[in-house]
Amino acid sequence: MGRKPSLAVYKFSSCDGCQLSLLDCEDELLAVAGAVQIAYFLEATRAVAKGPYDVGLVEGSVSTPHDVQRIQQVRKDCKVLISIGACASSGGIQALRNFRNHEDCIKAVYAHPEYINALDTSTPISDHVKVDFELRGCPISKHQLLEVLNAFLNGRKPNVPAYSECMECKRKGTVCVMVAQGKPCLGPVVQAGCGNLCPTWNRGCFGCFGPKETPNAASLGDRFSTELDMSGKEIKDLFQSFNANAPAFRTEGERHE
Amino acid sequence: MSKTTRIIEVKDLARVEGEGALHVTLKGDVIEHLEFSIHEPPRYFEALLQGRSFREAPDITARICGICPVAYMMGASQAMEDALGITVGGPLRALRRLVYCGEWIESHVLHIYMLHAPDFLGFEDSIQLAAKMPAVVEKALRLKKLGNTLLETVGGGRAIHPINLTVGGFYKLPTKAAIKGLAEELKWAIEASLDTIRLVSTFDFPPIERDYTFVAMRHEDEYAITEGRLISNRGLDIPVQAFHDHFEERHERRSNALHSVLKNGGEYLVGPLARYALNHDKLSPLAQAEAKAAGLGKVVRNPFQSIVVRAVETLQVCEDALRIVENYEEPDDSCITVTPGAGTGSGCTEAPRGICHHTYSLDAEGRITKATIVPPTSQNQGSIEGDLWDVVKANLKRPDAELQWICEQAVRNYDPCISCATHFLKLNIERG
Repeated sequence: MGRKPSLAVYKFSSCDGCQLSLLDCEDELLAVAGAVQIAYFLEATRAVAKGPYDVGLVEGSVSTPHDVQRIQQVRKDCKVLISIGACASSGGIQALRNFRNHEDCIKAVYAHPEYINALDTSTPISDHVKVDFELRGCPISKHQLLEVLNAFLNGRKPNVPAYSECMECKRKGTVCVMVAQGKPCLGPVVQAGCGNLCPTWNRGCFGCFGPKETPNAASLGDRFSTELDMSGKEIKDLFQSFNANAPAFRTEGERHE
Repeated sequence: MSKTTRIIEVKDLARVEGEGALHVTLKGDVIEHLEFSIHEPPRYFEALLQGRSFREAPDITARICGICPVAYMMGASQAMEDALGITVGGPLRALRRLVYCGEWIESHVLHIYMLHAPDFLGFEDSIQLAAKMPAVVEKALRLKKLGNTLLETVGGGRAIHPINLTVGGFYKLPTKAAIKGLAEELKWAIEASLDTIRLVSTFDFPPIERDYTFVAMRHEDEYAITEGRLISNRGLDIPVQAFHDHFEERHERRSNALHSVLKNGGEYLVGPLARYALNHDKLSPLAQAEAKAAGLGKVVRNPFQSIVVRAVETLQVCEDALRIVENYEEPDDSCITVTPGAGTGSGCTEAPRGICHHTYSLDAEGRITKATIVPPTSQNQGSIEGDLWDVVKANLKRPDAELQWICEQAVRNYDPCISCATHFLKLNIERG
């Protein structure tokens, strides 16, 4: 048997939830640890093996001058680089600063703004280096994570759909919460992957997995306004959450006030 | 011994949640400088919440921490309920405690077995532990999974950033059958928790004791998690709304985290040791008996024994969860009707790492005008540095690599959540 492929897990600006998804694979964790060499994963081990690594998972967004430099080294150290989660693929909730005055944000939280060294923006990994695959979600789905790892370790394309949340509802037979209950739902423009959670639990989708491919966000935004009587501020806020900086949501969010 | 300079430095602490570091400079046997710092990037949650609806606060603040999102969702919800004059009681309150028990089990078991036990057994990580003690790790993973199953069953299908918690209650009630279906695994979990206590109580604990100011919540009817008054072992006894009258946050140059202190008492400690010392009488008879059998007094001042206290608390919440499950009757409504309005409110709960306090002010439309969130790890920074000071002094004769490891272990005693505190940590040891 040949050398086991090496896996590195990196964290940038984030809540740690997406890398925790790997530790949350209780039934599969020991099998994963058997299939790969966990070479760098600070949340799980103090042992660090030297790079380069076969597969790197990056959680978090780029939000400090140090991050900008570090992501370049991470890219050099990883043959395949996969960004995991909304922070890494769009900038995360902390990208709300991109729409505000950064100085005001610092002053609102910290007594000594001069101690803080951070960028004015929070941006996805792909704004800085080539990313081989973006896994969406806030948090990611552990099933999709295992599928993506399995695919890259076996040299095949991951089976991760880019269609909308609506498709999951239809397939599962979930009654549409927007049509039947008049609840605002981002499902028509949000990528599937969570497992159709919110509509099943009696609430509208609030966008954890970011825009689907070719979303018509403007049409949905108009419908929120004309049929659900939502205010501009309410529509803006719905688009401006964990994937506020994803281009399709950024554009639609800025169209409303 | 020569007066050479030794530097012990850990730039990126492992087996903690988030990014932190430790730096110690020794001149001979004298500690010249000791610093535990948080270099997790700032994310400005309190600023980003301004202008958002009170209903969004639970989902947004959940994203402060992927390990303890329920602590944030619950604290935010209760603060809003306080501001709007609502009380969530009865079966909805019981469901909230049940989902919180899930978070405690998931978080405590993750920390005990995957992050902390490897230090006591001389392993780099739980994967090495699994190679030597596979049955132990398999049992740990099953127990951790049960915590996540509770979160999924009540919290809406996922354990990290659950979607079913809101101001006033839940979006949808789990079915009675789904709740009752948890009972059998919880009965197993009580046995597995007993095994955990018996295992971790056999570890060697470095003999360090400190005279802490313990701060925790206290509730007359239960081991406080979701609500109570804030009390200390030095006479503090206040409602959660008075928190900011007695505590203040300071911003230190080295850190992206704010450092919380008692206005008239300095550093204090939150988390398992504080809860255990202040609420020992509220533990179940079985948990009290098992703690005693494990060699714990009614107060534990050795921070390295926090792993045993976490195991006792795991037993407690497994018992609590089973009782809630067995007594569960479906409430009529999933949520109390909430009308937006102006007001200021506070919410505080016991996150697995200690109290997590929220205060919000709302305008007439229920939009947030001010948000103040005090996470557990920022409150424990002072105690962590205090512990490290004693640990370094007691272990000066050890070679650098060993000294570094025991310092790391001392930090991990706190299960620090650095992602939370930023809004954590750096270890260099310098010897001279």
